[in-house]
Amino acid sequence: MSDAPTGRRSSRSRFAVRDLIGESIAGLLSRPGRAALTAAGTVLGVAALVATVGLARTAGNQIVTRFDELSATDVTVERAQVNGRVVGSLPWDSERRLTRLNGVRAAGTITEVDRGGALTRSVPINDPAEGDEFDLSVYALSPGAFDAVRAKVAEGKVFDRSHDDLPVAVLGPGAADDLRITRVAQQPAIFIGDQTFVVIGVLDDVDRRSELLTTVMIPEAFARAQYGTPSPGSVQIDTKVGAAELIGRQAPLALAANNPDLVKVSVPGQPKAVKAKVEGDINALFLLLGGVSLLVGALGIANVTLVSVLERVGEIGLRRAVGAARRHIAGQFLVESTLLGFLGGVVGASVGMVVIVAVSLAKDWVPVLDLGIPLLAPLAGAVVGLASGVYPSLRAASIEPVEALRGGV
Amino acid sequence: MSDSGAVPPVLDLRGVTRVFGTTTPIEALRRVDLRVGPGEYVSITGPSGSGKSTLLNILGLLDRPTEGTFLLDGIDTLDLSEGRRSALRGERIGFVFQSFHLLAHRSALENVVCALLYRRGDRRDRRRRAAEALDRVGLSHRLDAMPPTLSGGERQRVAIARALVGGPSLLLGDEPTGNLDSVTTAAILELFDELHREGLTLVVITHDADVSARAQRSVRMLDGVLCDTEASAPLAVGS
Repeated sequence: MSDAPTGRRSSRSRFAVRDLIGESIAGLLSRPGRAALTAAGTVLGVAALVATVGLARTAGNQIVTRFDELSATDVTVERAQVNGRVVGSLPWDSERRLTRLNGVRAAGTITEVDRGGALTRSVPINDPAEGDEFDLSVYALSPGAFDAVRAKVAEGKVFDRSHDDLPVAVLGPGAADDLRITRVAQQPAIFIGDQTFVVIGVLDDVDRRSELLTTVMIPEAFARAQYGTPSPGSVQIDTKVGAAELIGRQAPLALAANNPDLVKVSVPGQPKAVKAKVEGDINALFLLLGGVSLLVGALGIANVTLVSVLERVGEIGLRRAVGAARRHIAGQFLVESTLLGFLGGVVGASVGMVVIVAVSLAKDWVPVLDLGIPLLAPLAGAVVGLASGVYPSLRAASIEPVEALRGGV
Repeated sequence: MSDSGAVPPVLDLRGVTRVFGTTTPIEALRRVDLRVGPGEYVSITGPSGSGKSTLLNILGLLDRPTEGTFLLDGIDTLDLSEGRRSALRGERIGFVFQSFHLLAHRSALENVVCALLYRRGDRRDRRRRAAEALDRVGLSHRLDAMPPTLSGGERQRVAIARALVGGPSLLLGDEPTGNLDSVTTAAILELFDELHREGLTLVVITHDADVSARAQRSVRMLDGVLCDTEASAPLAVGS
């Protein structure tokens, strides 16, 4: 067959992908304000989704790290009790035995001293009317115990091995308040009963064993000599992250190899389970909210695209007249709604990330966001747009060109 | 396709009937026979409801006859799938409508390019052909104008350029001057005459006697029946 007009074979109508996308973009740009408003629903939905997922992760992470890191590394060993009676005992060299274990960051004994009811005061009683005496607990600590409870020092320093046999004391902030000791540079003395102690440090805070905040702490060796303390009351261990369970198993053997049952070990619960639960609770709620927003966005796109189809009946008729098949018409509207959804997703993901960062800044959190979310969000927007466009596109494709062209534009 | 090498008629309708509705069927077209050869200029007149529009839709491959045969350039259109009919329509028929049907947010050039979108071709070639078509209708100076800034006559010229750009076998006009004043109408009819002289086949549906008078041949529809009147004898056209 030649190329003469009569010899041309009828071919299938076609619409190149590039042209399809070009026409769709032109269609959107012809009403930019409306396109922006239509996409706003998806922007909100995706932004809500991204922000909620991100904030859930961020907030969850804050809860988890704070609670986790401290509790996951906290192992305590106490003497075993049977029917309320203490039956076991802990060795005085617990600290040395435990610090040898790989996984122990710090360990120390903490023992309440039986001071026979002696009161504590900060000045010798010359005038009974002025003297203040306090019923403060006295604890004997091995030097490693300060590290094991993560004590923070406000003033001076804590005692170490060199102070073992010396009458020195470290005050908890509560005890220091009571005794009106704020500075230690002048080596203030306190009296427990008749025994003088030089205060070398005042604590600011402890992360564990908060009872220490209101006590007077003295070296363990001095307590044994002075008060005849028979055995350490407990051992506090600060483990490396992830080592708590191992140390929990090894500590009884290290401390009481001949009868491990005489000591009682407390190890933290499974941090992963806690973390998963916290995140799960928050995520479920927020995801639901984001999903609802996205659904509203989808309905918005569907609605506006449908209105647009009805408004552009003339254009549809014309395109059919110049050779567009039904599928080309459907394709154009589908691509338009998908593009709107995609753009909504891009902008929404950006807005969502800004929200996460802004909230994190305000709350002094570290923003946490899965890398996949900003990548998935535009895709989710596109899927929403595609799904929203299905019905309007089918409506557009079903429009008869005869009807469409009859109406004046 | 062609009988013994002779060029087939552009339009060849035999016994074309179009029935609407099933419960109380209405015969909009009754056994219409019409042949339009290459280069002919035919007007179709008739009062409202006479079946003009139905005939136009069938000629333009926008509708299918209930009975009868319709060959376009010797191609039997009844056997074609909807997709192939779309392609055939795009390639061989140029429409000119009463209400122009231009895309308001696209330039004159882009409106003309639109007619080439659903067939093979690269962008540059399409724009070149569209510019040529606009030049042909005397709008080479308004390629980038937006339709709302164009006069009625200019808009219809853009629509005619769009109809011509694909090199159609047939220009099909549906009241092409219905929205235009008399001066502009005369200019558009002059353009049709020129196109006719260049060998284009034109079929124009109108109820304007002046328009039908310009055609080489005029046929009249009445109650779905086509009365072919040869030559361009003056007609008393009812509206």
